[in-house]
Amino acid sequence: MKSKKMKKAKSVLWYIGAILISLATVYPFLWMVATSFKPEAEIYQNSLSLISSAFSWKNYRTVFETMPFGRYFLNSFILAASGVITNLFFGALAGYAFAKLKFSGRKVTFSILLTSMMIPSVATMIPQFLILKFFPLVGGNNILGQGGNGFINSYGAIIIPGAVGAFAVFFMKQFFETLPDELAEAARLDGCGELRIFTSIYFPLIRPAAVTLAIMTFQSGWNNFMWPMIVLNSEKNEDHSGGACHVPVPV
Amino acid sequence: MAKRGKNTGGKRIAQRMNVIGWTFTAPPVVLFLIFTFLPILMAVLISFTNYDIINAPKFVGLANYRKLLKDEFFWISLKNTCVYTLMYVPGGLILSLSAALFLNQNKKFVSVFRTLFYLPVLSSTVATATLWFWILNPQLGLLNGVLKLFGITGPAWLYDSKWAMIAVVMMSLWAGFGSNMMIFLAGLKGVPGTLYEVAKVEGATRWQTFRYVTWPSISKTTFLVSTMLLISSFQVFDQAFVLTKGGPGNATITLVYYIYNNGFNNLKMGYASSISIVLFLIILVFSILNSKLNKADI
Repeated sequence: MKSKKMKKAKSVLWYIGAILISLATVYPFLWMVATSFKPEAEIYQNSLSLISSAFSWKNYRTVFETMPFGRYFLNSFILAASGVITNLFFGALAGYAFAKLKFSGRKVTFSILLTSMMIPSVATMIPQFLILKFFPLVGGNNILGQGGNGFINSYGAIIIPGAVGAFAVFFMKQFFETLPDELAEAARLDGCGELRIFTSIYFPLIRPAAVTLAIMTFQSGWNNFMWPMIVLNSEKNEDHSGGACHVPVPV
Repeated sequence: MAKRGKNTGGKRIAQRMNVIGWTFTAPPVVLFLIFTFLPILMAVLISFTNYDIINAPKFVGLANYRKLLKDEFFWISLKNTCVYTLMYVPGGLILSLSAALFLNQNKKFVSVFRTLFYLPVLSSTVATATLWFWILNPQLGLLNGVLKLFGITGPAWLYDSKWAMIAVVMMSLWAGFGSNMMIFLAGLKGVPGTLYEVAKVEGATRWQTFRYVTWPSISKTTFLVSTMLLISSFQVFDQAFVLTKGGPGNATITLVYYIYNNGFNNLKMGYASSISIVLFLIILVFSILNSKLNKADI
């Protein structure tokens, strides 16, 4: 009887703890939303409260009036969405080849790709910038890469280097490996081409994994901050993360 | 005769397979060569020059590295990065593992709480930092407001060089523990239930069960999480850039921030490259140390 009571008390304590932690993770967001609807004077008077006495859309109007926030938003979306499409397609294609096609050098190539995941991005940041800037025959550059800006200040500077990461290949390979080889063998006997085997037999079978990868890729593209800030410096091309940085904050 | 024919046919198929395999894997391989392999070679080369984008690079030997050793700001940013790592890696490990252990039970609404705990991960660093800029506001902020309820006068956080880095770490922990918690939860699901039953029969205490059953069973997960925490914390930039711009009084300037300042604000590409090579080596050493440490524990 006593132990049952103790169990119940423990359970109640657990829920209290869970609610307190959730409050710590959720309350700041609610507070942010609430504050965004407060007129400036009230922010200084009762900053802690969630309810505003004078609800106003003024802050939102200001955001869209003082800077091209719609443009930033669109840029972020275009960049994140193209990252999803290219990573999904090329990642799946290469992952499929590494998992299911027996070609020479595949083990070595794959392990090299895998180690590249360990290299910190900051070590390659400056040369990457230079490669994009002096890319031959792009953005006003001549064949030697002189004269123009290359890919700098264009979507290409973000889309091309990030078109398919080692992570996407690795992730896809893991899932293709769980599928049986017999499907491809049967299709080959029927005279089906290799690209069709991939697009119409294997790819549809890993759809759940593809969705997961798509969400992860979109999220990292959407939240990307440092690289876009470096390669895009005209206002027109900035994304929302960079745009948020321009908001003057009263101290 | 027939045998020979079959052999060359086999060879032809194998060759066709090679071509298809190489074509399918070409995009990531080409991108790797252009945007990872070539840049590493270039970074090493540039670090031996005085390259500044505008003028042609001149070979200066080890001058950049020698300058580095005497550069006060390099040491400050290295120290700050180490302070951040020393707080963030153990803090992140403990916080995400405790949260995972806390949620790893069969109770009602566990999945709801899991989502709520995970919520900060979904917000971008810039948005989170902007939010925390307000939370940490000494007069109007949420944090000092809550502390006041308990009769504590909070510090000036981002405006106090003693507290600024702690504030940055707090924000990073809050923003990041959810994703590692998810990895730990997956790891905890993999611990065989029979082990816990044996521990219960043997009359092990909670701490003993954790120390001798859970902890060894999740060593692979712990290794993965700690490696990722290490690599990311040595590269901390976004938080410091948005929250404090390296201040107050250089208290939160980090190595990547310093590289960014040198390379992209002052166009000292050669010098910035030498710092990134040093950072790369530091990360490499710590990654190896970490793997040695974890192997010893398995």
